[in-house]
Amino acid sequence: MIAEAGLAALWFAAALALLQLVLVAMGLTGRKDELLAAVRPVAVAQGLLTALAFAALVTLFLRSDMSVLLVVTNSHSMKPWLYKFAGTWGNHEGSMLLWVTVMGVAGAAVALFERALRRDTHMATLGAQAAISLGFYAFLLFSSNPFARISPAPADGQGLNPLLQDPGLAFHPPTLYLGYVGLSVAFSFAVGALLTRRVDSAFARAMRPWVLAAWVLLTLGITAGSYWAYYELGWGGWWFWDPVENASLMPWLAATALLHSVTVLATRDALRAWTVMLAVVAFSMSMVGTFLVRSGILTSVHAFAVDPERGSFILALLAIYIGGALALFGWRIGTVREGEPFELVSRETMLVVNNLLLSVILGLVLVGTLYPLLTEAFGHKVSVGAPYFDRIAGPIALGLMVAMAAGPLMRWRRDSAAAAGRRLLVPAAVLIVAAVVVGLLAWGRIGILPYLGLVIALATAVASVTPLWRRSLRRTPLFTWGMVIAHLGCAVSLAGMASDSAFTVEKLVAARPGDVIETAGWRLRFVQILPRAGDNWTALQADVEASRGGGSPTMLHPQARFFASPPTPTTEAALLTRWDGQLYVVLGQEADAGRWQMRIWWKPFVTLIWLGGFLIALGGALALVGRERRGWVLKWRARRAVA
Amino acid sequence: MKAKHQRLVLALVALAALVGAGLLAASALRDEAAYFYAPADVRAKGVEPGKAIRLGGMVVKGSLKRATDGVTLRFDVTDGKATVPAVFSGIAPDLFKEGSGVVAEGAFDAKGTFVATNLLAKHDERYMPRELEGMKYDEATHQLKVER
Repeated sequence: MIAEAGLAALWFAAALALLQLVLVAMGLTGRKDELLAAVRPVAVAQGLLTALAFAALVTLFLRSDMSVLLVVTNSHSMKPWLYKFAGTWGNHEGSMLLWVTVMGVAGAAVALFERALRRDTHMATLGAQAAISLGFYAFLLFSSNPFARISPAPADGQGLNPLLQDPGLAFHPPTLYLGYVGLSVAFSFAVGALLTRRVDSAFARAMRPWVLAAWVLLTLGITAGSYWAYYELGWGGWWFWDPVENASLMPWLAATALLHSVTVLATRDALRAWTVMLAVVAFSMSMVGTFLVRSGILTSVHAFAVDPERGSFILALLAIYIGGALALFGWRIGTVREGEPFELVSRETMLVVNNLLLSVILGLVLVGTLYPLLTEAFGHKVSVGAPYFDRIAGPIALGLMVAMAAGPLMRWRRDSAAAAGRRLLVPAAVLIVAAVVVGLLAWGRIGILPYLGLVIALATAVASVTPLWRRSLRRTPLFTWGMVIAHLGCAVSLAGMASDSAFTVEKLVAARPGDVIETAGWRLRFVQILPRAGDNWTALQADVEASRGGGSPTMLHPQARFFASPPTPTTEAALLTRWDGQLYVVLGQEADAGRWQMRIWWKPFVTLIWLGGFLIALGGALALVGRERRGWVLKWRARRAVA
Repeated sequence: MKAKHQRLVLALVALAALVGAGLLAASALRDEAAYFYAPADVRAKGVEPGKAIRLGGMVVKGSLKRATDGVTLRFDVTDGKATVPAVFSGIAPDLFKEGSGVVAEGAFDAKGTFVATNLLAKHDERYMPRELEGMKYDEATHQLKVER
């Protein structure tokens, strides 16, 4: 019953999306207010129905209902309940249902909470949101039905990919999807504004909180995903330039550019056409990412199934939505007036530089990700790996950091070069001092990119807090705090990346119980190795006692696990976090009688990478609350003035 | 700057940036396309020592030896036409064994031994390095076909 109810809810939601689209189209063209009045309730009902369908699938997974095909192929009754729950989206159909649910709920939120937008633009936005949702409902219902039954029902399921059996699965995909699909709202806003010819600063002020919210969640999702890959894969790396990682990075780059250009449009009424373009590009990148991941044309832990039919379906959706939006852009952009002008030395210019550099990185990552697919079409199998991405993205990202440091210290519209120079004096001095000091300490021992990374991280950290200089901290608006903290987060994260690649110490040994391994100031005593068993796995676990500088020892437990269903070996790294870095221990295979391979890394300040990511998201959240709160205060004052 | 011209200037700057990015990508990808080598390519074209490449082929049967330190592996990689000696220090993937396909990331040393920093073997049926998909080993003729 639950499966059928879920499927019915999906069909109803799809019908409501169609109704919503028709209501908007007829209401706006025929100026029929009674039709438009029904749009918001319909959007809310659609959101509720998708949530209901999703809840139905979660219930089926929690109950291990083996009469449902998806549960059979992706779950197992012996699995811990957390992975039954999170396993709902650890597969193709479930993750697409999550996608559709987020889209429906986001549409409902726009219907309920958006008050700043003009009514006609608001309605057109909801129409656009319904139009995109329709395509994904069709995809789900016609090619990826999550509620299909299987008869006769097997005794038990086939289990979940062990790499996914981790608490990270409960947090990373939902957050990422909220951000990913949240960008559909920006896309719909852009389409709505183009249709009603209302691309102006009021439109940008209405769109900004939605972009910020999606961006914050996307940032959190990527940060969580990076940390998950770091400890789960046991390779000691935190970013692999895997096509699927790129698929989440590309919307983030576009959304980051959009976030800054929408601020220019909201405050200064400049960069109109560009902002609309970015809003279209950001969600297009989400869809491209979904195409890459869900079509099965890539081999990756994220690619759950290889099915050419699904790939063509998503490709068709991509062509329709991106092509449609770009055609609308080309058709209507002539009617968008040019925005306010600005001088060369101004904050606008720095934000244009930021946007250009972000777009260039985005373009290069996109080319690198798609290139293997293009060459394969011509019969050549080529991998584009880390050397390409590091070489091109690294230097540009460092340039971006410099622009980020300088931008907030410039004035809007026009600034004098001399005054801007004076404000940049302290960060520039830090840059020079850091260059000399780091150079003296580490020259010749570290590569050029890590060196530049460390120096620029120090200088931008100082520059990012400089806007607070000589301001009353209590009276500084919350969104300024948000900007400062997010920019500081970039510097912190860069420092972690540079420190990890510059100073990581790696030690590889074959040890027998009783051996002592010394590396990077740590003393590790291999105590014993014993078998262990969990709910659905067995493992060999090493007990390793780690201590340094005569401090009290800590016991670490790296494991080599073997999952029964499906049969897969995995490595569970043991991590020891200290304020100045992480000790990372991996247990390998038995080298010869009684000796075990062990790989040990000491990674100084590696945790700054994710701390920085968290600060970036926190900054975004503060800016969101700050802007919204100011809106509430203004509204309250206006109401009191009337009374 | 006159207001009338600002949009034009911005559009030109954006265009220049995109063209620059395109050229950069093209040059970087040209190097990248020369990133994957089979042993026969190594013999035919030669690879300078220290250049980061991917070497793909099959681990020759009987060639896999573990050094006394317990963590260094020596093996030969072949594609049926040529054979290259390789060395790897680290924890090898579980499915890395003699007679199976491997893609090794690393560089040649001065003596012509391939020093691998990373081994990619078929992890399971769901995850496989791209270059391994096209490799087929013929048991009878001991020929490895690399479709590229």
